[in-house]
Amino acid sequence: MAYLTDRKRAAGLGSAKSGTQHHWHMVISSVALVGLIPCFIFTFGSIYGAPYEDVLAYYQRPLPAIVALLTFAVGFVHFRGGVQTLIEDYVHGTAKKVAIIAMICLSYTAAAAGVFAVAGLAL
Amino acid sequence: MADVNRGNRPLSPHLTIYRPQWTSMTSIFTRITGNALFVTALLIVWWFVAAATGPDAFATADGFITSWFGDLIMFFSVAGIWYHTLAGIRHLIWDSGRMLDVDKSETFGQAMVLIAVLLTIFTVIVL
Repeated sequence: MAYLTDRKRAAGLGSAKSGTQHHWHMVISSVALVGLIPCFIFTFGSIYGAPYEDVLAYYQRPLPAIVALLTFAVGFVHFRGGVQTLIEDYVHGTAKKVAIIAMICLSYTAAAAGVFAVAGLAL
Repeated sequence: MADVNRGNRPLSPHLTIYRPQWTSMTSIFTRITGNALFVTALLIVWWFVAAATGPDAFATADGFITSWFGDLIMFFSVAGIWYHTLAGIRHLIWDSGRMLDVDKSETFGQAMVLIAVLLTIFTVIVL
């Protein structure tokens, strides 16, 4: 201990430790979503409320299906990153780890279900 | 030196002593909208899975989402997602080192709320 300077003893003891990569992934997915979300709002919005047969026909077209598929894939990855930050801010200890793992599982399950459903409708 | 008085130090003032400001309020609403949109996302995934399953399942999911309560959720979702999208664009601009002055940030926040409201009205009218 006595051989370390105060600067050395303090280094790495901040609250963050890491996070650059997390931030960069949020930046990448948010840039993608800036394009995807308006496309999804106007494709999904124009068919939501329509009869079953119209919905099937609509999502057999490539553009609405690809937009929905990418929105699910990128959107839930973005959500996974965002909700992890939320949990890290308000939940601590073991509960934090449990909550983060549960939310990651839920995000990827929802993404998989969405992608699977779009594929089923389109093909 | 660093070990002295650990755990018994005065804390700096936190959220409770500040009156609401445009910068803090627009920030917390970014977090609230982003996380609340998970409900919308799950509803939409349910709608898609139901459509892929068959007409009966679709009727159940579509019946809920197009009910008055579903419409209410969808209305707030449209407002929330426009707001969150604009807030995300604001973060991308901040990350580039621009618009970081307090007055610019406040103006930007007010503009963001206004544009989100206009986009929500536009979306509801068009769709």
